[in-house]
Amino acid sequence: MNHLLNYTLQIADNALILGHRLSEWCGHGPILEQDIALTNLSLDLVGQARSLYQYAAKVEGHGRTEDDMAYLRDEMDFKNVLLVEQKNGDFGRTIVRQFLFDAYHLPFYEALQRSHDETLAAIAEKSLKEVTYHLRYSSEWMIRLGDGTEESHRRVQTALDELWRYTAELFQPSATDEAMLAEGIGVDLGAVKSRWESTVAEILRVATLQQPDSNWMQNGGKAGRHTEHLGYILAEMQYLQRVHPGAEW
Amino acid sequence: MADITALEAHFQNTIDQEIKIEPKDWMPDAYRKTLIRQISQHAHSEIVGMLPEGNWITRAPSLRRKVALLAKVQDEAGHGLYLYSACETLGVERNELVEQLHDGRAKYSSIFNYPTLTWADIGVIGWLVDGAAIMNQVPLCRCSYGPYARAMVRVCKEESFHQRQGYEILLTLSKGTEAQRRMLQDAVNRWWWPSLMMFGPNDADSPHTAQSMKWKIKRFTNDELRQKFVDVCVDQAKLLNVTLPDPDLKWNEERGHYDFGEINWDEFWQVVKGHGPCNKERIDTRRRAHEEGAWVREAAMAFAEKQARRRAEESSQVA
Ligand SMILES: [Fe+2]
Ligand SMILES: [Fe+2]
Repeated sequence: MNHLLNYTLQIADNALILGHRLSEWCGHGPILEQDIALTNLSLDLVGQARSLYQYAAKVEGHGRTEDDMAYLRDEMDFKNVLLVEQKNGDFGRTIVRQFLFDAYHLPFYEALQRSHDETLAAIAEKSLKEVTYHLRYSSEWMIRLGDGTEESHRRVQTALDELWRYTAELFQPSATDEAMLAEGIGVDLGAVKSRWESTVAEILRVATLQQPDSNWMQNGGKAGRHTEHLGYILAEMQYLQRVHPGAEW
Repeated sequence: MADITALEAHFQNTIDQEIKIEPKDWMPDAYRKTLIRQISQHAHSEIVGMLPEGNWITRAPSLRRKVALLAKVQDEAGHGLYLYSACETLGVERNELVEQLHDGRAKYSSIFNYPTLTWADIGVIGWLVDGAAIMNQVPLCRCSYGPYARAMVRVCKEESFHQRQGYEILLTLSKGTEAQRRMLQDAVNRWWWPSLMMFGPNDADSPHTAQSMKWKIKRFTNDELRQKFVDVCVDQAKLLNVTLPDPDLKWNEERGHYDFGEINWDEFWQVVKGHGPCNKERIDTRRRAHEEGAWVREAAMAFAEKQARRRAEESSQVA
Protein backbone atom coordinates (compact mmCIF):
# COMPACT_ATOMS: atom_id res chain seq x y z
CA MET A 1 0.00 0.00 0.00
CA ASN A 2 1.23 3.50 -0.85
CA HIS A 3 0.78 5.13 2.55
CA LEU A 4 1.70 8.63 1.46
CA LEU A 5 -0.92 8.50 -1.29
CA ASN A 6 -3.50 7.11 1.09
CA TYR A 7 -2.69 9.66 3.72
CA THR A 8 -2.98 12.58 1.32
CA LEU A 9 -6.31 11.23 0.08
CA GLN A 10 -7.62 10.91 3.64
CA ILE A 11 -6.98 14.60 4.23
CA ALA A 12 -8.24 15.63 0.79
CA ASP A 13 -11.45 13.61 0.96
CA ASN A 14 -12.38 15.17 4.30
CA ALA A 15 -11.96 18.63 2.81
CA LEU A 16 -13.83 17.87 -0.41
CA ILE A 17 -16.81 16.11 1.12
CA LEU A 18 -17.30 18.72 3.83
CA GLY A 19 -16.81 21.50 1.27
CA HIS A 20 -19.38 19.85 -0.97
CA ARG A 21 -21.89 19.59 1.86
CA LEU A 22 -21.41 23.27 2.69
CA SER A 23 -21.85 24.22 -0.94
CA GLU A 24 -25.39 22.82 -0.75
CA TRP A 25 -26.23 25.84 1.41
CA CYS A 26 -25.37 28.38 -1.25
CA GLY A 27 -28.51 30.43 -1.92
CA HIS A 28 -30.42 28.92 1.01
CA GLY A 29 -28.78 30.42 4.08
CA PRO A 30 -30.80 31.77 7.01
CA ILE A 31 -29.28 35.24 6.62
CA LEU A 32 -27.59 36.64 3.53
CA GLU A 33 -24.37 37.28 5.47
CA GLN A 34 -24.29 33.67 6.69
CA ASP A 35 -24.98 32.39 3.18
CA ILE A 36 -21.81 34.20 2.14
CA ALA A 37 -19.88 32.93 5.16
CA LEU A 38 -20.80 29.27 4.59
CA THR A 39 -19.80 29.61 0.95
CA ASN A 40 -16.45 30.98 2.10
CA LEU A 41 -15.85 27.89 4.22
CA SER A 42 -16.84 25.73 1.28
CA LEU A 43 -14.48 27.58 -1.07
CA ASP A 44 -11.59 27.20 1.37
CA LEU A 45 -12.18 23.48 1.80
CA VAL A 46 -12.58 22.67 -1.87
CA GLY A 47 -9.46 24.73 -2.51
CA GLN A 48 -7.54 22.66 0.05
CA ALA A 49 -8.87 19.48 -1.52
CA ARG A 50 -7.59 20.58 -4.92
CA SER A 51 -4.03 21.15 -3.69
CA LEU A 52 -4.08 17.81 -1.92
CA TYR A 53 -5.49 15.89 -4.90
CA GLN A 54 -2.89 17.44 -7.17
CA TYR A 55 -0.24 16.19 -4.80
CA ALA A 56 -1.90 12.77 -4.49
CA ALA A 57 -1.91 12.44 -8.27
CA LYS A 58 1.77 13.26 -8.34
CA VAL A 59 2.58 10.80 -5.55
CA GLU A 60 0.64 8.10 -7.34
CA GLY A 61 2.54 8.78 -10.55
CA HIS A 62 -0.01 7.40 -13.02
CA GLY A 63 -0.70 10.70 -14.74
CA ARG A 64 -4.07 11.16 -13.10
CA THR A 65 -5.44 14.63 -12.28
CA GLU A 66 -7.19 16.28 -9.35
CA ASP A 67 -10.48 15.68 -11.14
CA ASP A 68 -9.80 11.99 -11.64
CA MET A 69 -9.33 11.78 -7.89
CA ALA A 70 -12.55 13.58 -7.09
CA TYR A 71 -14.80 12.36 -9.87
CA LEU A 72 -13.66 8.90 -10.84
CA ARG A 73 -13.13 7.08 -7.57
CA ASP A 74 -15.88 4.94 -6.04
CA GLU A 75 -17.49 5.02 -2.59
CA MET A 76 -15.12 2.46 -1.15
CA ASP A 77 -12.09 4.45 -2.35
CA PHE A 78 -13.11 7.58 -0.44
CA LYS A 79 -11.34 7.82 2.89
CA ASN A 80 -13.14 10.71 4.56
CA VAL A 81 -14.44 10.33 8.09
CA LEU A 82 -18.18 9.68 8.46
CA LEU A 83 -18.74 13.00 10.23
CA VAL A 84 -18.17 15.15 7.16
CA GLU A 85 -20.59 13.26 4.93
CA GLN A 86 -23.54 13.66 7.32
CA LYS A 87 -26.44 15.72 6.02
CA ASN A 88 -26.64 19.45 6.57
CA GLY A 89 -29.94 19.37 8.42
CA ASP A 90 -30.81 22.80 9.76
CA PHE A 91 -28.26 25.58 10.20
CA GLY A 92 -27.63 24.42 13.78
CA ARG A 93 -26.75 20.92 12.72
CA THR A 94 -24.42 22.23 10.02
CA ILE A 95 -22.71 24.40 12.64
CA VAL A 96 -22.31 21.49 15.08
CA ARG A 97 -20.80 19.28 12.37
CA GLN A 98 -18.51 22.11 11.37
CA PHE A 99 -17.43 22.85 14.91
CA LEU A 100 -16.69 19.22 15.75
CA PHE A 101 -14.57 18.98 12.62
CA ASP A 102 -12.88 22.39 12.90
CA ALA A 103 -11.82 21.63 16.47
CA TYR A 104 -9.95 18.66 15.00
CA HIS A 105 -8.87 20.30 11.75
CA LEU A 106 -6.97 23.17 13.37
CA PRO A 107 -4.63 21.15 15.64
CA PHE A 108 -4.32 18.59 12.84
CA TYR A 109 -2.95 21.15 10.38
CA GLU A 110 -0.85 22.76 13.10
CA ALA A 111 0.90 19.45 13.60
CA LEU A 112 1.05 18.67 9.89
CA GLN A 113 3.00 21.89 9.36
CA ARG A 114 5.92 20.09 10.96
CA SER A 115 5.62 17.10 8.63
CA HIS A 116 8.79 15.80 7.03
CA ASP A 117 6.90 15.85 3.77
CA GLU A 118 7.48 19.32 2.42
CA THR A 119 4.39 19.50 0.26
CA LEU A 120 2.04 18.42 3.01
CA ALA A 121 3.72 20.81 5.42
CA ALA A 122 3.29 23.66 2.94
CA ILE A 123 -0.37 22.86 2.28
CA ALA A 124 -0.99 22.67 6.03
CA GLU A 125 0.66 26.00 6.60
CA LYS A 126 -1.38 27.64 3.87
CA SER A 127 -4.63 26.09 5.13
CA LEU A 128 -4.01 26.99 8.74
CA LYS A 129 -5.17 30.59 8.41
CA GLU A 130 -8.40 29.44 6.80
CA VAL A 131 -9.08 26.76 9.35
CA THR A 132 -8.35 29.13 12.24
CA TYR A 133 -11.12 31.33 10.91
CA HIS A 134 -13.43 28.34 10.43
CA LEU A 135 -13.05 27.31 14.06
CA ARG A 136 -13.68 30.85 15.24
CA TYR A 137 -16.78 31.10 13.07
CA SER A 138 -18.26 27.77 14.13
CA SER A 139 -17.38 28.33 17.81
CA GLU A 140 -19.10 31.71 17.80
CA TRP A 141 -22.22 30.22 16.32
CA MET A 142 -22.15 27.29 18.77
CA ILE A 143 -22.19 29.85 21.57
CA ARG A 144 -24.79 32.09 19.96
CA LEU A 145 -27.16 29.21 19.28
CA GLY A 146 -26.46 27.33 22.51
CA ASP A 147 -26.96 30.44 24.61
CA GLY A 148 -29.56 32.06 22.33
CA THR A 149 -33.21 31.06 22.66
CA GLU A 150 -34.74 27.92 24.12
CA GLU A 151 -35.44 26.69 20.62
CA SER A 152 -31.92 27.27 19.33
CA HIS A 153 -30.49 25.59 22.42
CA ARG A 154 -32.70 22.55 21.92
CA ARG A 155 -31.82 22.32 18.23
CA VAL A 156 -28.04 22.41 18.66
CA GLN A 157 -28.15 20.08 21.65
CA THR A 158 -30.08 17.55 19.57
CA ALA A 159 -27.63 17.88 16.70
CA LEU A 160 -24.73 17.47 19.09
CA ASP A 161 -26.26 14.33 20.59
CA GLU A 162 -26.78 12.89 17.13
CA LEU A 163 -23.39 13.73 15.63
CA TRP A 164 -21.34 12.83 18.69
CA ARG A 165 -21.06 9.19 17.64
CA TYR A 166 -18.98 10.21 14.63
CA THR A 167 -16.29 11.99 16.62
CA ALA A 168 -14.15 9.10 17.88
CA GLU A 169 -13.25 8.11 14.36
CA LEU A 170 -11.31 11.34 13.91
CA PHE A 171 -8.71 10.06 16.36
CA GLN A 172 -8.68 6.35 15.53
CA PRO A 173 -5.47 5.79 13.62
CA SER A 174 -5.72 3.81 10.40
CA ALA A 175 -2.77 1.67 9.33
CA THR A 176 -1.80 4.60 7.13
CA ASP A 177 -1.99 7.06 10.03
CA GLU A 178 0.36 4.82 12.01
CA ALA A 179 2.82 4.30 9.20
CA MET A 180 2.94 8.01 8.39
CA LEU A 181 3.42 8.96 12.04
CA ALA A 182 6.31 6.51 12.26
CA GLU A 183 7.95 8.15 9.26
CA GLY A 184 7.58 11.64 10.68
CA ILE A 185 5.17 12.59 7.91
CA GLY A 186 1.86 12.09 9.70
CA VAL A 187 0.30 13.62 12.74
CA ASP A 188 0.03 12.16 16.25
CA LEU A 189 -3.73 11.82 16.60
CA GLY A 190 -3.44 11.30 20.34
CA ALA A 191 -2.09 14.82 20.73
CA VAL A 192 -4.75 16.21 18.39
CA LYS A 193 -7.37 14.47 20.48
CA SER A 194 -6.43 16.18 23.70
CA ARG A 195 -6.48 19.56 21.98
CA TRP A 196 -9.89 18.71 20.53
CA GLU A 197 -11.25 17.65 23.89
CA SER A 198 -10.26 20.85 25.60
CA THR A 199 -11.64 23.06 22.79
CA VAL A 200 -14.91 21.17 22.75
CA ALA A 201 -15.27 21.20 26.55
CA GLU A 202 -14.59 24.92 26.69
CA ILE A 203 -16.97 25.95 23.90
CA LEU A 204 -19.76 23.67 25.12
CA ARG A 205 -19.41 25.17 28.59
CA VAL A 206 -19.72 28.73 27.30
CA ALA A 207 -22.55 27.69 25.00
CA THR A 208 -24.37 26.09 27.98
CA LEU A 209 -24.52 22.81 26.09
CA GLN A 210 -24.24 19.33 27.55
CA GLN A 211 -21.46 17.05 26.37
CA PRO A 212 -23.13 13.76 25.32
CA ASP A 213 -22.05 10.79 27.44
CA SER A 214 -22.75 8.18 24.81
CA ASN A 215 -19.89 5.83 24.08
CA TRP A 216 -21.48 4.24 21.05
CA MET A 217 -19.20 5.31 18.28
CA GLN A 218 -19.36 4.72 14.55
CA ASN A 219 -16.36 4.38 12.29
CA GLY A 220 -15.20 2.99 8.98
CA GLY A 221 -14.75 6.03 6.77
CA LYS A 222 -10.97 5.86 6.64
CA ALA A 223 -11.27 2.26 5.45
CA GLY A 224 -13.86 3.16 2.79
CA ARG A 225 -16.91 1.86 4.71
CA HIS A 226 -19.29 4.80 4.69
CA THR A 227 -22.78 5.75 5.74
CA GLU A 228 -25.46 5.65 3.07
CA HIS A 229 -25.09 9.38 2.47
CA LEU A 230 -21.78 9.28 0.62
CA GLY A 231 -23.22 7.34 -2.32
CA TYR A 232 -25.72 10.12 -2.98
CA ILE A 233 -23.09 12.82 -2.68
CA LEU A 234 -20.92 11.06 -5.26
CA ALA A 235 -23.86 10.26 -7.55
CA GLU A 236 -24.60 13.95 -7.75
CA MET A 237 -21.06 15.24 -7.79
CA GLN A 238 -19.65 12.75 -10.30
CA TYR A 239 -22.57 12.49 -12.67
CA LEU A 240 -21.29 14.58 -15.59
CA GLN A 241 -17.85 13.02 -15.52
CA ARG A 242 -19.38 9.54 -15.42
CA VAL A 243 -21.92 10.14 -18.19
CA HIS A 244 -19.39 11.74 -20.53
CA PRO A 245 -16.18 9.78 -20.07
CA GLY A 246 -13.09 11.63 -21.20
CA ALA A 247 -14.86 14.91 -21.97
CA GLU A 248 -13.18 18.21 -21.14
CA TRP A 249 -15.16 20.74 -19.17
CA MET B 1 -45.83 75.66 -3.48
CA ALA B 2 -43.25 78.12 -4.67
CA ASP B 3 -40.75 76.42 -2.37
CA ILE B 4 -41.30 73.03 -3.94
CA THR B 5 -40.92 74.48 -7.41
CA ALA B 6 -37.65 76.09 -6.41
CA LEU B 7 -36.40 72.86 -4.84
CA GLU B 8 -37.34 70.89 -7.90
CA ALA B 9 -35.60 73.34 -10.17
CA HIS B 10 -32.48 73.17 -8.06
CA PHE B 11 -32.67 69.37 -8.03
CA GLN B 12 -33.00 69.10 -11.81
CA ASN B 13 -30.24 71.64 -12.22
CA THR B 14 -27.93 69.55 -10.04
CA ILE B 15 -28.68 66.52 -12.18
CA ASP B 16 -28.18 68.42 -15.41
CA GLN B 17 -24.74 69.43 -14.20
CA GLU B 18 -23.95 65.75 -13.60
CA ILE B 19 -23.56 66.29 -9.86
CA LYS B 20 -24.58 63.25 -7.83
CA ILE B 21 -27.62 63.32 -5.58
CA GLU B 22 -26.70 62.06 -2.10
CA PRO B 23 -28.96 60.54 0.59
CA LYS B 24 -29.25 63.74 2.62
CA ASP B 25 -30.09 65.94 -0.39
CA TRP B 26 -33.65 66.98 -1.05
CA MET B 27 -35.27 64.92 -3.81
CA PRO B 28 -38.78 64.67 -5.26
CA ASP B 29 -40.90 61.88 -3.84
CA ALA B 30 -41.33 60.33 -7.25
CA TYR B 31 -37.54 60.18 -7.74
CA ARG B 32 -37.14 58.46 -4.38
CA LYS B 33 -39.91 56.00 -5.16
CA THR B 34 -38.57 55.21 -8.61
CA LEU B 35 -35.14 54.54 -7.18
CA ILE B 36 -36.43 52.38 -4.35
CA ARG B 37 -38.41 50.31 -6.82
CA GLN B 38 -35.53 49.96 -9.25
CA ILE B 39 -32.75 49.30 -6.73
CA SER B 40 -34.78 46.85 -4.69
CA GLN B 41 -35.85 44.99 -7.83
CA HIS B 42 -32.23 44.86 -8.77
CA ALA B 43 -31.22 43.57 -5.32
CA HIS B 44 -33.95 40.90 -5.41
CA SER B 45 -32.77 39.84 -8.86
CA GLU B 46 -29.29 39.22 -7.51
CA ILE B 47 -30.65 37.07 -4.68
CA VAL B 48 -33.19 35.12 -6.71
CA GLY B 49 -30.56 34.80 -9.43
CA MET B 50 -28.45 32.74 -7.05
CA LEU B 51 -30.95 29.89 -7.34
CA PRO B 52 -30.83 28.83 -11.00
CA GLU B 53 -27.04 28.82 -10.94
CA GLY B 54 -26.80 27.38 -7.46
CA ASN B 55 -28.73 24.49 -8.95
CA TRP B 56 -25.49 23.27 -10.58
CA ILE B 57 -22.94 23.83 -7.82
CA THR B 58 -23.12 20.28 -6.50
CA ARG B 59 -22.96 18.89 -10.04
CA ALA B 60 -20.22 21.09 -11.50
CA PRO B 61 -18.09 18.83 -13.71
CA SER B 62 -14.63 19.72 -12.39
CA LEU B 63 -13.18 21.11 -9.20
CA ARG B 64 -12.06 24.26 -10.99
CA ARG B 65 -15.59 24.84 -12.31
CA LYS B 66 -17.08 24.09 -8.93
CA VAL B 67 -14.93 26.69 -7.19
CA ALA B 68 -15.59 29.28 -9.91
CA LEU B 69 -19.34 28.74 -9.80
CA LEU B 70 -19.44 28.88 -6.00
CA ALA B 71 -17.50 32.13 -6.07
CA LYS B 72 -19.78 33.54 -8.74
CA VAL B 73 -22.98 32.75 -6.89
CA GLN B 74 -21.39 34.20 -3.77
CA ASP B 75 -20.62 37.38 -5.72
CA GLU B 76 -24.32 37.67 -6.54
CA ALA B 77 -25.11 37.50 -2.82
CA GLY B 78 -22.59 40.30 -2.32
CA HIS B 79 -24.28 42.36 -5.05
CA GLY B 80 -27.58 41.85 -3.26
CA LEU B 81 -26.00 43.15 -0.06
CA TYR B 82 -24.55 46.31 -1.67
CA LEU B 83 -27.84 47.05 -3.36
CA TYR B 84 -29.95 46.53 -0.25
CA SER B 85 -27.59 48.94 1.51
CA ALA B 86 -27.95 51.48 -1.31
CA CYS B 87 -31.70 51.13 -0.97
CA GLU B 88 -31.54 51.63 2.79
CA THR B 89 -30.00 55.07 2.21
CA LEU B 90 -33.39 56.00 0.73
CA GLY B 91 -35.13 55.13 3.99
CA VAL B 92 -36.38 51.55 3.55
CA GLU B 93 -35.07 48.68 5.68
CA ARG B 94 -33.86 45.43 4.14
CA ASN B 95 -36.47 43.45 6.12
CA GLU B 96 -39.25 45.44 4.56
CA LEU B 97 -37.84 44.94 1.07
CA VAL B 98 -37.43 41.20 1.57
CA GLU B 99 -41.00 41.00 2.78
CA GLN B 100 -42.14 42.72 -0.41
CA LEU B 101 -40.28 40.13 -2.44
CA HIS B 102 -41.77 37.23 -0.52
CA ASP B 103 -45.37 38.40 -0.72
CA GLY B 104 -45.15 39.21 -4.41
CA ARG B 105 -45.38 43.01 -4.17
CA ALA B 106 -41.84 43.45 -5.48
CA LYS B 107 -40.59 42.09 -8.77
CA TYR B 108 -37.24 40.69 -9.80
CA SER B 109 -35.74 40.02 -13.20
CA SER B 110 -37.97 37.52 -15.02
CA ILE B 111 -35.00 35.74 -16.52
CA PHE B 112 -34.50 33.83 -13.28
CA ASN B 113 -37.87 32.17 -13.70
CA TYR B 114 -36.40 29.92 -16.36
CA PRO B 115 -34.87 26.57 -15.37
CA THR B 116 -31.21 25.54 -15.66
CA LEU B 117 -31.48 22.13 -17.27
CA THR B 118 -27.93 21.25 -18.25
CA TRP B 119 -24.40 22.33 -17.42
CA ALA B 120 -24.37 24.40 -20.62
CA ASP B 121 -27.00 26.64 -19.03
CA ILE B 122 -24.38 27.81 -16.56
CA GLY B 123 -22.17 28.95 -19.39
CA VAL B 124 -25.04 30.53 -21.30
CA ILE B 125 -26.22 32.42 -18.23
CA GLY B 126 -22.75 33.88 -17.86
CA TRP B 127 -22.54 34.80 -21.52
CA LEU B 128 -26.06 36.08 -22.21
CA VAL B 129 -27.66 36.87 -18.86
CA ASP B 130 -24.63 38.47 -17.23
CA GLY B 131 -23.89 39.97 -20.64
CA ALA B 132 -27.31 41.62 -20.85
CA ALA B 133 -27.02 42.69 -17.21
CA ILE B 134 -23.72 44.42 -18.04
CA MET B 135 -25.32 46.29 -20.97
CA ASN B 136 -28.02 47.48 -18.60
CA GLN B 137 -25.74 48.21 -15.69
CA VAL B 138 -22.68 49.92 -17.12
CA PRO B 139 -24.69 53.10 -17.78
CA LEU B 140 -25.98 52.86 -14.19
CA CYS B 141 -22.45 53.52 -12.95
CA ARG B 142 -23.22 57.12 -14.03
CA CYS B 143 -26.68 57.13 -12.45
CA SER B 144 -27.58 60.43 -10.78
CA TYR B 145 -28.05 58.81 -7.36
CA GLY B 146 -24.60 58.52 -5.75
CA PRO B 147 -24.96 55.37 -3.63
CA TYR B 148 -26.53 53.43 -6.52
CA ALA B 149 -23.88 54.59 -8.99
CA ARG B 150 -21.07 53.62 -6.62
CA ALA B 151 -22.60 50.20 -5.89
CA MET B 152 -22.85 49.61 -9.63
CA VAL B 153 -19.16 50.29 -10.20
CA ARG B 154 -18.29 47.37 -7.93
CA VAL B 155 -21.02 45.18 -9.34
CA CYS B 156 -20.06 45.77 -12.98
CA LYS B 157 -16.45 44.81 -12.40
CA GLU B 158 -17.54 41.42 -11.12
CA GLU B 159 -20.23 40.95 -13.74
CA SER B 160 -17.76 41.27 -16.58
CA PHE B 161 -15.65 38.61 -14.91
CA HIS B 162 -18.75 36.39 -14.72
CA GLN B 163 -19.42 36.93 -18.38
CA ARG B 164 -15.91 35.95 -19.43
CA GLN B 165 -16.10 32.89 -17.24
CA GLY B 166 -19.43 31.85 -18.76
CA TYR B 167 -18.19 32.35 -22.28
CA GLU B 168 -15.13 30.27 -21.51
CA ILE B 169 -17.35 27.40 -20.33
CA LEU B 170 -19.11 27.60 -23.69
CA LEU B 171 -15.89 27.74 -25.71
CA THR B 172 -14.82 24.54 -23.97
CA LEU B 173 -18.14 22.89 -24.77
CA SER B 174 -17.96 24.05 -28.38
CA LYS B 175 -14.66 22.23 -28.80
CA GLY B 176 -15.95 19.17 -26.97
CA THR B 177 -17.88 16.04 -27.80
CA GLU B 178 -21.02 15.90 -29.88
CA ALA B 179 -23.09 15.57 -26.72
CA GLN B 180 -21.49 18.70 -25.32
CA ARG B 181 -22.12 20.70 -28.50
CA ARG B 182 -25.73 19.57 -28.48
CA MET B 183 -26.06 20.69 -24.87
CA LEU B 184 -24.61 24.06 -25.86
CA GLN B 185 -26.98 24.66 -28.78
CA ASP B 186 -29.97 23.57 -26.72
CA ALA B 187 -29.11 26.02 -23.96
CA VAL B 188 -28.66 28.87 -26.45
CA ASN B 189 -32.04 28.02 -27.99
CA ARG B 190 -33.72 28.27 -24.61
CA TRP B 191 -31.97 31.41 -23.27
CA TRP B 192 -31.66 33.65 -26.30
CA TRP B 193 -35.16 35.14 -26.35
CA PRO B 194 -35.54 35.50 -22.58
CA SER B 195 -32.20 37.35 -22.59
CA LEU B 196 -33.54 39.85 -25.13
CA MET B 197 -36.56 40.32 -22.88
CA MET B 198 -34.24 41.38 -20.05
CA PHE B 199 -34.10 44.87 -21.57
CA GLY B 200 -37.80 45.35 -20.90
CA PRO B 201 -40.70 46.35 -23.15
CA ASN B 202 -40.22 48.24 -26.42
CA ASP B 203 -39.71 51.96 -25.94
CA ALA B 204 -43.22 52.67 -27.20
CA ASP B 205 -44.59 50.57 -24.30
CA SER B 206 -42.25 51.89 -21.66
CA PRO B 207 -43.98 54.94 -20.22
CA HIS B 208 -41.44 55.66 -17.44
CA THR B 209 -38.40 55.81 -19.68
CA ALA B 210 -38.62 59.54 -20.49
CA GLN B 211 -38.80 60.59 -16.84
CA SER B 212 -35.98 58.21 -15.84
CA MET B 213 -33.80 59.62 -18.59
CA LYS B 214 -34.52 63.18 -17.50
CA TRP B 215 -33.48 62.21 -13.97
CA LYS B 216 -30.42 60.47 -15.40
CA ILE B 217 -31.28 57.22 -13.72
CA LYS B 218 -31.44 55.76 -17.17
CA ARG B 219 -29.05 56.79 -19.96
CA PHE B 220 -30.28 54.69 -22.87
CA THR B 221 -33.68 53.37 -23.86
CA ASN B 222 -34.60 49.67 -23.70
CA ASP B 223 -34.49 49.28 -27.45
CA GLU B 224 -31.13 51.02 -27.78
CA LEU B 225 -29.57 48.67 -25.25
CA ARG B 226 -31.22 45.61 -26.76
CA GLN B 227 -29.87 46.49 -30.20
CA LYS B 228 -26.39 46.95 -28.81
CA PHE B 229 -26.63 43.55 -27.14
CA VAL B 230 -27.77 41.76 -30.29
CA ASP B 231 -24.98 43.36 -32.31
CA VAL B 232 -22.35 42.16 -29.87
CA CYS B 233 -23.74 38.65 -29.48
CA VAL B 234 -23.88 37.74 -33.15
CA ASP B 235 -20.10 37.62 -33.52
CA GLN B 236 -19.65 35.86 -30.22
CA ALA B 237 -22.15 33.21 -31.33
CA LYS B 238 -20.14 32.62 -34.52
CA LEU B 239 -17.03 31.93 -32.47
CA LEU B 240 -18.98 29.34 -30.52
CA ASN B 241 -20.35 27.76 -33.68
CA VAL B 242 -23.91 28.06 -32.47
CA THR B 243 -27.00 29.31 -34.24
CA LEU B 244 -29.06 32.01 -32.58
CA PRO B 245 -32.67 30.82 -32.81
CA ASP B 246 -34.00 33.70 -34.90
CA PRO B 247 -34.59 33.26 -38.67
CA ASP B 248 -34.99 37.04 -39.05
CA LEU B 249 -31.59 37.83 -37.66
CA LYS B 250 -29.51 39.49 -40.39
CA TRP B 251 -27.15 42.38 -40.94
CA ASN B 252 -28.80 45.60 -42.12
CA GLU B 253 -26.25 47.57 -44.07
CA GLU B 254 -28.33 50.73 -44.03
CA ARG B 255 -28.88 50.82 -40.29
CA GLY B 256 -25.44 49.49 -39.47
CA HIS B 257 -27.08 47.04 -37.08
CA TYR B 258 -28.50 43.55 -37.04
CA ASP B 259 -32.24 43.26 -37.62
CA PHE B 260 -33.93 40.70 -35.44
CA GLY B 261 -37.35 39.08 -35.08
CA GLU B 262 -40.31 40.11 -32.99
CA ILE B 263 -40.10 39.25 -29.30
CA ASN B 264 -42.93 37.15 -27.90
CA TRP B 265 -44.35 39.78 -25.55
CA ASP B 266 -47.17 37.49 -24.44
CA GLU B 267 -44.59 35.19 -22.96
CA PHE B 268 -42.81 38.15 -21.38
CA TRP B 269 -45.94 39.42 -19.63
CA GLN B 270 -46.97 35.91 -18.62
CA VAL B 271 -43.66 35.43 -16.82
CA VAL B 272 -43.79 38.91 -15.29
CA LYS B 273 -47.23 38.09 -13.94
CA GLY B 274 -45.91 34.96 -12.26
CA HIS B 275 -46.69 32.24 -14.80
CA GLY B 276 -43.15 31.41 -15.93
CA PRO B 277 -41.77 27.90 -15.54
CA CYS B 278 -40.09 28.57 -12.18
CA ASN B 279 -41.75 31.64 -10.63
CA LYS B 280 -43.37 29.58 -7.92
CA GLU B 281 -40.29 27.50 -7.11
CA ARG B 282 -38.05 30.54 -6.90
CA ILE B 283 -40.23 32.47 -4.48
CA ASP B 284 -41.13 29.36 -2.48
CA THR B 285 -37.44 28.58 -2.13
CA ARG B 286 -36.58 32.09 -0.98
CA ARG B 287 -39.48 32.12 1.44
CA ARG B 288 -38.56 28.73 2.84
CA ALA B 289 -34.94 29.77 3.40
CA HIS B 290 -36.19 32.86 5.20
CA GLU B 291 -38.75 31.04 7.34
CA GLU B 292 -36.42 28.20 8.21
CA GLY B 293 -33.82 30.76 9.20
CA ALA B 294 -36.17 32.62 11.55
CA TRP B 295 -35.02 30.72 14.65
CA VAL B 296 -31.39 31.45 13.79
CA ARG B 297 -32.03 35.18 13.48
CA GLU B 298 -34.03 35.15 16.73
CA ALA B 299 -31.26 33.28 18.53
CA ALA B 300 -28.63 35.71 17.27
CA MET B 301 -30.72 38.63 18.46
CA ALA B 302 -31.48 37.06 21.85
CA PHE B 303 -27.80 36.32 22.35
CA ALA B 304 -26.75 39.84 21.40
CA GLU B 305 -29.24 41.23 23.92
CA LYS B 306 -27.96 38.90 26.65
CA GLN B 307 -24.42 40.01 25.90
CA ALA B 308 -25.35 43.67 26.07
CA ARG B 309 -27.13 43.09 29.38
CA ARG B 310 -24.15 41.22 30.79
CA ARG B 311 -21.79 43.99 29.77
CA ALA B 312 -24.05 46.61 31.32
CA GLU B 313 -24.19 44.63 34.58
CA GLU B 314 -20.43 44.24 34.63
CA SER B 315 -19.78 47.91 34.08
CA SER B 316 -22.31 48.93 36.75
CA GLN B 317 -20.50 46.61 39.18
CA VAL B 318 -17.19 48.21 38.31
CA ALA B 319 -18.67 51.68 38.86
FE1 LIG C 1 -24.78 40.24 -9.97
FE1 LIG D 1 -23.33 38.00 -12.29
